[in-house]
Amino acid sequence: MKAASKLQRMCESGNFVVTGEIGPPKSCNGEIVRHHAKMLKGWCESFNLTDNQTAIVRLSSIAAGKILLEEGLEPNIQIVCRDRNRIAAQSDILGASALGMKNVLCLSGDHQKFGNHPTAKNVFDVDSIQLIQILDGMRKGYFANGEQMKDEPPQLFIGCAANPFADPFEFRVTRLEKKADAGADFCQTQCILDMERFERWMELVRARGLHKRIKILGGITPIKSVKAAKYMKKFVAGMMVSDDLIERLEKAEDVKAEGLQIAIEQIERLKKMEGIAGVHIMAIAWEEKVPEICQRAGLAPRPEV
Amino acid sequence: MIIAERKPIDEILGFLSKHQKVLVLGCGGCVTVCLAGGEKEVGILGSELAMARSKEGRPLEVVQKTIERQCDFEYLEGIRHIVKDVDAILSLACGIGIQTCAEAFPDKIVWPGVNTKFLGVNLNVGVWAERCQACGQCVLDKTGGICPVARCSKSIFNGPCGGSQNGKCEVDPDTDCAWALIHDRLARLGEVDSLREIMAIKDWSFSRDGGPRKLVREDLELESGK
Ligand code: SF4
Ligand code: SF4
Repeated sequence: MKAASKLQRMCESGNFVVTGEIGPPKSCNGEIVRHHAKMLKGWCESFNLTDNQTAIVRLSSIAAGKILLEEGLEPNIQIVCRDRNRIAAQSDILGASALGMKNVLCLSGDHQKFGNHPTAKNVFDVDSIQLIQILDGMRKGYFANGEQMKDEPPQLFIGCAANPFADPFEFRVTRLEKKADAGADFCQTQCILDMERFERWMELVRARGLHKRIKILGGITPIKSVKAAKYMKKFVAGMMVSDDLIERLEKAEDVKAEGLQIAIEQIERLKKMEGIAGVHIMAIAWEEKVPEICQRAGLAPRPEV
Repeated sequence: MIIAERKPIDEILGFLSKHQKVLVLGCGGCVTVCLAGGEKEVGILGSELAMARSKEGRPLEVVQKTIERQCDFEYLEGIRHIVKDVDAILSLACGIGIQTCAEAFPDKIVWPGVNTKFLGVNLNVGVWAERCQACGQCVLDKTGGICPVARCSKSIFNGPCGGSQNGKCEVDPDTDCAWALIHDRLARLGEVDSLREIMAIKDWSFSRDGGPRKLVREDLELESGK
């Protein structure tokens, strides 16, 4: 298949890949997206646009993706199964594709209980693995019902998430394998705040040769405060934060600087880890630090492919 | 079994505000077992209602009756003479019983006395949990006898999702993750490798999504026609 997106070309080139993330605002103010786009342009191959993250109503990921395209950045559209059935999902993919978007990340989606509309009905017509299958079918020219497309199929580079910190531990690898079987080209992991567990997961991934079938981007989130780290450890389901990391932050004079330093060290470590194709930097509400992180971690400038 | 819970007394009093004589109608089926609308609950609610209304100075005459099954026209036929004399019926049966009652007595107002919750099981004294959503095409053969439709918060078929931790669901730390249960049970049975296969997208047309469902068994129809 011909390279659909820059992200795909980067993944195939063997260069270390860098992706970023932009969370659309809780308003129709596209200028906020544009502002982040201008700030982050050139630092990553592609930028995820979250899809009503944590089940809070936000500007749509596809609309935000269009703004990124206008600004000359490559979007990676997130699409969750919580809010769309197979009809809406396929329609959105056709629409995103018509607008020039090629990277799509399939997710189950956080349960609406956590968001600002907890009384909503959820959809979950298909799950994230089935959605990957559907998109894989679409790029091969047929819809979820098996019907052939009469026109050009959408060019898609399909992504998924993997969470090495959820349970059952070994089955997390099987689940990644299922995503690869379904047709996912790349995966971005949950942010790594327990490197030891991540390494153990990668060992299992390599043992099954999965890194050769799917590009794995390690999730990086710089931590701003001890409180944030402790909160994530305690309250965020499927998240692990190592005691070492918390201790390092606690001992630091300048916690924010230490948080950035840890992120940079993690990137350095991932660069050397067999089977890791790149990093996915999620600097939540700290986007302005992405250039500094990339610079100091030796990820700049991005190679042309 | 169908699990129901009695509605709050104030809501029920609101329904009955304009009536002088009502039939509080219990059911001997599931709602008796889950202690929401059997003979005992009819008795308790009946006196509560009468007391509340006499306090208001607007007495309510309460007729009490519990029949074998409210979801059965035959049993409802047996109380036609009682229904004739009341202003309205307060049904303590599940949603199915309430509707059957309304269908049997088209000229009577029928009020719901319970909230029908789910299809589930009694785990402990006072604790019930959901087990099935009547999706119309059972997949328990593939999931070690544990239902992902009813018991996974996202009804996913290729779980567990990334929120599963220590066997609990991301939605509620008191709820077991259905997919952790499925995984562990299949592992115990030596069948965990079956989960490597992707479960295909579900045909929801057998579920409620296909519209209201009806089952017709021609074999039985023919037999009864003989
Ligand atoms: S798979 Fe469907 S029929 Fe079977 S237990 Fe679950 S909801 Fe009920
Ligand atoms: S944690 Fe388990 S039960 Fe909860 S939504 Fe995820 S897979 Fe389903």
